[in-house]
Amino acid sequence: MIRIVDLKKNFDDLEVLKGVNLTINRGETVVVIGRSGCGKSVLLRHIIGLMMPDSGKVFVDGLDVTELKEKQLYELRKRFGMLFQGAALFDSLSVLDNVGLGLREHTNLSDEEIRKIACDKLEMVGLGRLDDKKPAELSGGMKKRVGLARAIAMDPPVVLYDEPTTGLDPIMADVINGLIRDLQKRLGITSIAVTHDIKSAYKIGDRLALLYDGKIVFEGTPEETRSTPNELVRQFIEGNAQGPIPIYEE
Amino acid sequence: MKPSEYLAGSIGFSISEVGAGFMLLLSAIKRAPRAIKQKHLVVEQMQRIGLGSLPLVLVTSVFTGGVAAVQAAYQFENYVPLRYLGMVISKSIVIELGPVLTALVVGGRVGASIAAELGTMKVTEQIEALETLAIDPVRYLVSPRLIAAVMMLPVITVFSDFIAIMGGFAVAYTGLDINTHVYFNSIKVHLTSEDVLSGLIKAFFFGGIIAIMGCYHGMKTRGGAEGVGIATTKAVVSSCLLILITDYILASLLFSAVFAG
Ligand SMILES: Nc1ncnc2c1ncn2[C@@H]1O[C@H](COP(=O)(O)OP(=O)(O)OP(=O)(O)O)[C@@H](O)[C@H]1O
Ligand SMILES: [Mg+2]
Repeated sequence: MIRIVDLKKNFDDLEVLKGVNLTINRGETVVVIGRSGCGKSVLLRHIIGLMMPDSGKVFVDGLDVTELKEKQLYELRKRFGMLFQGAALFDSLSVLDNVGLGLREHTNLSDEEIRKIACDKLEMVGLGRLDDKKPAELSGGMKKRVGLARAIAMDPPVVLYDEPTTGLDPIMADVINGLIRDLQKRLGITSIAVTHDIKSAYKIGDRLALLYDGKIVFEGTPEETRSTPNELVRQFIEGNAQGPIPIYEE
Repeated sequence: MKPSEYLAGSIGFSISEVGAGFMLLLSAIKRAPRAIKQKHLVVEQMQRIGLGSLPLVLVTSVFTGGVAAVQAAYQFENYVPLRYLGMVISKSIVIELGPVLTALVVGGRVGASIAAELGTMKVTEQIEALETLAIDPVRYLVSPRLIAAVMMLPVITVFSDFIAIMGGFAVAYTGLDINTHVYFNSIKVHLTSEDVLSGLIKAFFFGGIIAIMGCYHGMKTRGGAEGVGIATTKAVVSSCLLILITDYILASLLFSAVFAG
């Protein structure tokens, strides 16, 4: 279980997170939706200890991520997979080595076995024969999917997805949504996804949470989200320029 | 801008950064034993640093040797017999010119490439991606480069010394009418193993400086392409300065303390 308690983060005088509270139960997929620049990626980074908050706590199975020593933090991260918004593939490594790097570093599997697992994961994201290509030779959407294959390569119990479907064509987006759903169903993976793709959010989320003005202002199942009277949520899911959410930040 | 800030900006580091660079060095040393086990990472870096630098070092060394010969001959004129030329050229090359010039040339090349590579990795989130895979970037990126550099710099320096001495010989033989036997005999008689050792000790430290400055500035790159450019410049400038400063310190220590006694 992951529990985020009153998380606050500023960059100089820009207040990004102003007290985020959110609980993600084991085996559940929570989708955080919110406008571009509202701090979704920053929130994900705090969960895995890439950023430290100004105040507040993040508990993962009772451990406080913000208090962990470096060594413990690395241990904890072995239980996480993370898909970066920009894929963040290692551009000096081939696609196959990107996916297999975690296995190579943390297990005693042979090169052959690692290759096999990496190929399987690549197949799951619809990338059959890319093996020896370098990331620079891939399209944006392909990179994203390699990033996804890398995130799930070690079969981690928790996966964080930063905009899993952005940059994918609608058909492939649906494949990836299906994959995320499937991973959760079959392996009981706990996931947190952030996105502004509302369709994908409905499809993969057990619960949706709206991050607005540095706080979670709404939480609910897809059905509750669809029928909520909450003005902020309505404006967001309907994609209206008019409404309580200002278009320009002051 | 305060003068101290301007100075720090233009020489590539400030006092506090020297401290931070030193901390990086310590943590890279601490992780070195595990990094050595992953031979492929170290070997890859050794190839990039070593083999890649040879052509450049070859050219600089030939001319360094040649200049050393011309200069020495000019200064000897009417005071010192030319049969000592081999000794003077080889000593100045082996102790000073070889290690320092090699380090400066390799520092420009390798330091810049390390800083640019790690800087790009930083700004494209690849370093954070390593961390999320529970791979320590210092162990995975810095330690192999440090190990490779401290091992390869002495090797390249030996190569450079040899080429420069031959370059000096070419000038002495063709331009100054010194025959083969005279030149090499003077080297054989006067060049000591302490001379060679002192040069190699220097090279070892210079290798460390180059790797750590490249990695340090690369890993703390901010912003996009511009940030990478700044990091690269800082890496080269600061490693060149540190090489010269360290050269002075090591020369004082080695010759006044270690070898004198
Ligand atoms: N390292 C950083 N230094 C300074 N400011 C930052 C940093 N990272 C993020 N920010 C700021 O924090 C805010 C939130 O950024 P974040 O990347 O979390 O947005 P986001 O919700 O993921 O947006 P998008 O949907 O476009 O990816 C932005 O205003 C951004 O400028
Ligand atoms: Mg984002």
